[in-house]
Amino acid sequence: MDKKIDKSQVKKVAKLARLELSEAEIEEFAGQLNAIIDYVERMNKLNTEGVEPMAHCLPVSNVFRDDVIKESLGTEKTLANAPQSDGPFFKVPKILEES
Amino acid sequence: MSNVDYKVEVLVGLEIHVQLCTRTKMFCGCELAFGTEPNSRVCPVCLGMPGSLPVMNKQAVEFSILAGLALNCQIPSFTKWDRKGYYYPDLPKNYQISQYDLPLALNGYIEIPTDNGLKKIRIRRAHLEEDAGKNLHTAGNFSQVDLNRAGTPLLEIVTEPDMSSAIEVRTLAEELQRIVRYLGISEADMQKGHMRFEPNVNLVITRAGQQFKTPIVEVKNLNSFRALENSIDYEIGRQLDRFLETGETMEMGNKSTRGWDDAKEVTVLQREKEEAHDYRYFPDPDLVPVRVNEQWLNEIKSRLRELPSKKRLRYVKEYGLSDYDAGVLTNDRTVADFFEEAVKAGSEPKRACNLLTQIGLKLANARGCAITELGPKAADIAQLAQMTQTGEISATAANTILEEMVKTGKAPRELAEQLNLIQKNDAGELEGIVDEVLKSNPQAAADFKEGGKKSGKARGFLLGQVMQKTKGRANPKIAAEILDKKLA
Ligand SMILES: [Zn+2]
Repeated sequence: MDKKIDKSQVKKVAKLARLELSEAEIEEFAGQLNAIIDYVERMNKLNTEGVEPMAHCLPVSNVFRDDVIKESLGTEKTLANAPQSDGPFFKVPKILEES
Repeated sequence: MSNVDYKVEVLVGLEIHVQLCTRTKMFCGCELAFGTEPNSRVCPVCLGMPGSLPVMNKQAVEFSILAGLALNCQIPSFTKWDRKGYYYPDLPKNYQISQYDLPLALNGYIEIPTDNGLKKIRIRRAHLEEDAGKNLHTAGNFSQVDLNRAGTPLLEIVTEPDMSSAIEVRTLAEELQRIVRYLGISEADMQKGHMRFEPNVNLVITRAGQQFKTPIVEVKNLNSFRALENSIDYEIGRQLDRFLETGETMEMGNKSTRGWDDAKEVTVLQREKEEAHDYRYFPDPDLVPVRVNEQWLNEIKSRLRELPSKKRLRYVKEYGLSDYDAGVLTNDRTVADFFEEAVKAGSEPKRACNLLTQIGLKLANARGCAITELGPKAADIAQLAQMTQTGEISATAANTILEEMVKTGKAPRELAEQLNLIQKNDAGELEGIVDEVLKSNPQAAADFKEGGKKSGKARGFLLGQVMQKTKGRANPKIAAEILDKKLA
């Protein structure tokens, strides 16, 4: 069976997810992703006529909260886990392009 | 390029982000606050901490459905949340919660006034999503991040490319601002970035019977009506020049993104990484779907109110106001409500309109407050208007009195008396004054009686004398009647 996911696709997905992978990992994940795709292809063969697409695995909807203010962490606690901060701000490497 | 005739048609679609005026964020209870200490309104949900779970703000969902209804959209009975890949530090989860294939509202339209009457602009969809925080670029070799804004509910409205000029786009944006303010779902304050625009612009050029479409350009992140209008005008010219120069037409993959340079008034190409649009949406497992049943929808529908464009038309039809006056009054819901209250309380529409537009709005603007915060109530305005209607005071005096009402907080009749602005309507008293004037100005009286050329002038002079004797307080209509009778 020909492979649907080759190493270059794994590299692309890794780049999109900002993951750094070793050659060995790329090889390993290519195998795993192919197994997943194969499995999905098997399911694609099932007759799903009249079956509604499932948007969520829980049979629950409309879980709301009221628009009521809750106390936030505050600046000090918010920044407590940050690798770097600058005054009341998180400090991050310079962002060159805006989204 | 040869000098062939060509025809240019402009196509613009618009994406609008509107910040909703809920008290708290979309998926957590952090307060929406503008200008507070950076990172003070942040919790584990905003931070994307492992184990934290988002919960929908019901108000934000209802506000969005309300907007969808006002924009004549279908409200599907089922909608859900999706994750959109996002890799900037102002949204630390590495994704933005948004809606991909099942938005809250679909297939609507908005009507905008144009030179050829109302024009329908189709709305493709409207969906809810969360805003990102703010990246601040410092002089140093790093950026600062403030997450207070992260998680703010945003309604994204997408139109079809139905607008054919920059001014049409501006008109739509302004109409939308009025609508969301009328509905009370957004303050729509441009200065605070409550409305942000992204127009898609391209041209259809017909030359020698052949049609050419220029590549679509998306202009990013415009936050003023002026920038919106100017950037589109600039793009129209730029795209036409480029087409005439290179002949480049729209094809797969040559859509580009440009930014607006406010100082130079030009759009600038933004270099994007090739994977920038690979958002890899997938359903958010942390959030359950929203089902909108008929009962809930009807309940939200009952909160719909008359929208500004309808109100404007009604003011012209029902109250006989000019299009301009109707526009000024309906621009702001508070002013429109105040005006209608005054009319209900007994003011003639035109009188209330004049008092509010000539004096009220001027004073409110000068003080930077709402017209309802000036002091006088709608009933006071109605009383003042009625005093003019009965001839108790002149229209000019009414304006003076309104200014004094705002300054002193006193009632209109009290001020009219205090300022000696009550008109002399007593025919008997005025008759005496007219007699005196005639006696001391026999020549003018004779000129008037004689008729002919000098008559009109003499009449005006005599009336002026009556007004002078009464310090401007004679009811000019009654005085003129007496004078005409005496010299008939
Ligand atoms: Zn929060």
